[in-house]
Amino acid sequence: MNWGSLENFLAMGGYGLYVWGSYGVTLLCIAVELWALARRSRRAQPGERA
Amino acid sequence: MKATTLEAHADGRGNPLLRFAAPQAFFPLAGKMIPWFAALAVVFAVGGLYVSFFVAPTDFQQGESYRVIFIHVPSAWMSMFLYVVMAAWAAFGLILNTRLSGMMASAIAPTGAMFTFIALWTGALWGKPTWGTWWVWDARLTSELILLFLYLGFIALTTAIDDPRRAERAGAVLAIVGVINVPIIYFSVKWWNTLHQGASVSLTKAPSMAATMLAGMFLMALAAWMYSFAAALWRVRSIILERERDALWVRERGGEA
Repeated sequence: MNWGSLENFLAMGGYGLYVWGSYGVTLLCIAVELWALARRSRRAQPGERA
Repeated sequence: MKATTLEAHADGRGNPLLRFAAPQAFFPLAGKMIPWFAALAVVFAVGGLYVSFFVAPTDFQQGESYRVIFIHVPSAWMSMFLYVVMAAWAAFGLILNTRLSGMMASAIAPTGAMFTFIALWTGALWGKPTWGTWWVWDARLTSELILLFLYLGFIALTTAIDDPRRAERAGAVLAIVGVINVPIIYFSVKWWNTLHQGASVSLTKAPSMAATMLAGMFLMALAAWMYSFAAALWRVRSIILERERDALWVRERGGEA
């Protein structure tokens, strides 16, 4: 698959909103979960009172 | 008699498989596994994204919009798979009364809910250009939405009850009853007339997609599996520390990571 240019890649054949909307929100969900996991882990350490 | 056997398991003298059913024994094991699963998740995700965007060809019917599939299908698979695993742990906990089981069920729920949300979200973003609508109340979509409510209901129920053992038992009953929804989701496209397409991949017939598209989907699915294991193990370690806060082994750990 050769996109030719970055513009073409980002445009996704006119479906950029749908494709990047999917990948972007997925990335956001993972980032939020990892942040929540790190926070919970920090607060669960002995000596740390939540 | 029973009690002595269980104690033997807890400190590792009994069945080696049951040994890790004790949170104290499982805690360091989970800690050792997390970096491996995390590293594999990154490797599979990088490979999967490369295949999804630079190897897999344009779909002759859907153009580039089909590339949502590389997230949509793996997260839909994970949403169902994680629910079954969560319910299985919950059932173990209910039947065997092992402490780790309920903790594992609680550790899986948020990640399962996340993948369910992603499956629904990407489905909406894929449905708009291909079906002309974000959402329809068809059997596949509706049963997947019910799955999200089951996850959220499990989380709400288990956090609303103060006594963790009672919370676990109540959550377990909800999780086990809800398992009936998983085959309904899976077979909904066969049992009812749905707007949603049938399975692209099945054990009984050749897949209806190009080999490179399939490869991208499987790599992304593997990444989702590895991510889920890492996330659930990380969460269960926090749950163990929270629940065993007053146990000697936790207090003796001090600030060590």
